[in-house]
Amino acid sequence: MSTNLQFDQIRLPRECDALRQEVRAFLADEIAKGTFDPHRPGHGDSHDRAFSKRIGAKGWIGMTWPKKYGGHERSFLERYVVTEEFRVANAPVRSHFVADRQSGPILLKYASEHVKTNILPRICRGELCFVIGMSEPGSGSDLFAVKTKATKVDKGWRINGSKIWTSNAHIADYMIALFRTSPPTNENRRHGLTQFLVDMKTDGIKVNPIYQMSGQHDFNEVVFDDAFVPDDHVLGEIDGAWKQAASELAYERSGPERFLETFYVLLELIRAIGREPDARSADGLGRLVAQLHTLRRMSVSVAGMLQAGKEPVVEAAIVKDLGTVWEQKLPNRVRELTAFLAPDIANRVTLEEQLAFATTIAPKLTIQGGTTEILRGIIARGLGLR
Amino acid sequence: MTNDSDHIVTESAARIFADLADPQTINRLDNGAWKAPFWQALCDAGLPLAWVPERLGGAGATLAEGFAVLGVAGRFALAVPLAETLLAGWLLTRAGVAAPNGSMTIAPSRPSDRIILDEDGTLSGSAIGIPFASEAQHIAVLAHGRRIVVALVAASDCTIGEGQTLAGDPSNIVRFQRVKPLRYARTPLDHTALMLMGSVSRSVQTAGALESILSLTVSYANERVAFERPIGKFQAVQHNLARLAGETAAALAVSGSAASTIGQSGNIDKSGFFEGASAKIRCVEAATEGAAIAHQVFGAIGFTKEHILHRFTLRILAWRDDFGSESYWAAELGRHVAQQGADEFWPMVASR
Repeated sequence: MSTNLQFDQIRLPRECDALRQEVRAFLADEIAKGTFDPHRPGHGDSHDRAFSKRIGAKGWIGMTWPKKYGGHERSFLERYVVTEEFRVANAPVRSHFVADRQSGPILLKYASEHVKTNILPRICRGELCFVIGMSEPGSGSDLFAVKTKATKVDKGWRINGSKIWTSNAHIADYMIALFRTSPPTNENRRHGLTQFLVDMKTDGIKVNPIYQMSGQHDFNEVVFDDAFVPDDHVLGEIDGAWKQAASELAYERSGPERFLETFYVLLELIRAIGREPDARSADGLGRLVAQLHTLRRMSVSVAGMLQAGKEPVVEAAIVKDLGTVWEQKLPNRVRELTAFLAPDIANRVTLEEQLAFATTIAPKLTIQGGTTEILRGIIARGLGLR
Repeated sequence: MTNDSDHIVTESAARIFADLADPQTINRLDNGAWKAPFWQALCDAGLPLAWVPERLGGAGATLAEGFAVLGVAGRFALAVPLAETLLAGWLLTRAGVAAPNGSMTIAPSRPSDRIILDEDGTLSGSAIGIPFASEAQHIAVLAHGRRIVVALVAASDCTIGEGQTLAGDPSNIVRFQRVKPLRYARTPLDHTALMLMGSVSRSVQTAGALESILSLTVSYANERVAFERPIGKFQAVQHNLARLAGETAAALAVSGSAASTIGQSGNIDKSGFFEGASAKIRCVEAATEGAAIAHQVFGAIGFTKEHILHRFTLRILAWRDDFGSESYWAAELGRHVAQQGADEFWPMVASR
């Protein structure tokens, strides 16, 4: 517990430059082929399995994983470059991104050899989509209130209950889920939860869509009715899932996707104000640029520290807190800064479409993957206040 | 941002600061009696002329080492012209002008001020908000004649007005009325480079001060009891402190990034502009936000003269306007980005 914050001055190494050019060329080619439109962020938020397979063929999924599981043993900084370039281009990565960022690393750490050999190479080829099964109707930020039950039976477990807000469940092949295997104890309310790998094709699993206010379909309710999960799909220690969360979360929290989610409206702002902006526009843009640069330098620093084997848990939570609040406010900032521009600016339609989209997705940015309130609690704990 | 040699330099600096310029001790004294022995100790350690090469009479430290010292100076909210003397030494010796002993400052310190070198070799014009001008023995002046020059001037040859910053440090208008420099030479630097170097120095100092503010504020929240609990146990207070940590983190990261960029290239080029302007903008935002949060957590006691909090908060607020405010740099940076156009923007960000 300390108030000492550390942000090592990490620059992306030289070898990343060639990689970045390769990624940009690939994306330019896909845009030319009509795979996606970089000016339509709604598309970037969608899934396209054929595109994911082409990304897998380039070696850009599971980049940091061991070669024997289909990975490429490249650095986290190289993965960083690929992630940010895809995000900035609004490329549709939904189909493989969760598996690449989160699920794969959990399997690498906790799955049986058999499961790893079977599943990881398919993730790397872009063939598999993963969903995270954490929240339940009565358990959101408070994960330890999970009730969906896994009951021990011969050779495996029977699952009963439901998960909610499960993004991608309707297209996913596998879920990594948190189920209750024992009641909590008086000494430790975190006890009794276990992580499982669940094949979404299992009998007894039903996926019901939940449509979002942005018009997208991403959320679902997943109902388990006596669904069977075999023993070798248990991930890590039975009843001890609470010990497994911390270190992976640092990766999940600090990546470029935590501040670039509405980046496209900033590009449209630059187009809208033109080459010779007035003082108000220039001042407004300059502040946003400085804020973005700061967030990126913080995020790269955390990636580099993780690569070096450090555990910047508080720093990663800070990146997500500052980054998501920033990307959430960005659409309104752009709206304010374009308020006095001439009505006939060339990109008016695109700007308005993008602002409308960004505004409707903005509320989720400070909720998904750990709310602002939870993050500030983690930071406070790190400072020695809890 | 530190490597081994930065570490040795900063540790010895921190020892001197703690021994002779401890904020708690200084705050109790109502006079400047601590200043002379402290400055002498700094000189003995070669700190004020750290950025002057050995052949020109300085300590020959790297830019990175100097910035690291300024970070530590920020942590102590030093009320002596250490940053100013460092900058003056850097400005002079970049033009090959030897640096004198004693304290110095630099002019101008505002983007819109210009000092003119006349045909007869004298300086004319005025510059506002010159930090520590009334305490410094010499002023390093960036002046515009047929070419840009750096001139070394005795402070006693200038007319120096009254004035102080929010924190009570000298901040003076300096008038040059046909002042004859002790020496001058052409410089490869320009006005923007001086403003950026000053801005990055202030950013690094601000980040250091915010580190101390965070540590002081968290300690206080853990000790102060209200409603039968330490106030740091209240979620509302915890969330304020988490935001303070966020602002401190942002200031540390962006100022460190700018310092390392200038430190590595040794020059203030296009990257130095992007990084330096960003650092000043974001560090000023962090200063404004961070000072407000700290005072809110401390309540009434933090508003007293007796408490040391103001030594830090008022300095970071005062530094906001030195070498270009955040509004100035934001407009400059915004214009630069707009001129390059939207397609060039992401490559610019990603190259840093």
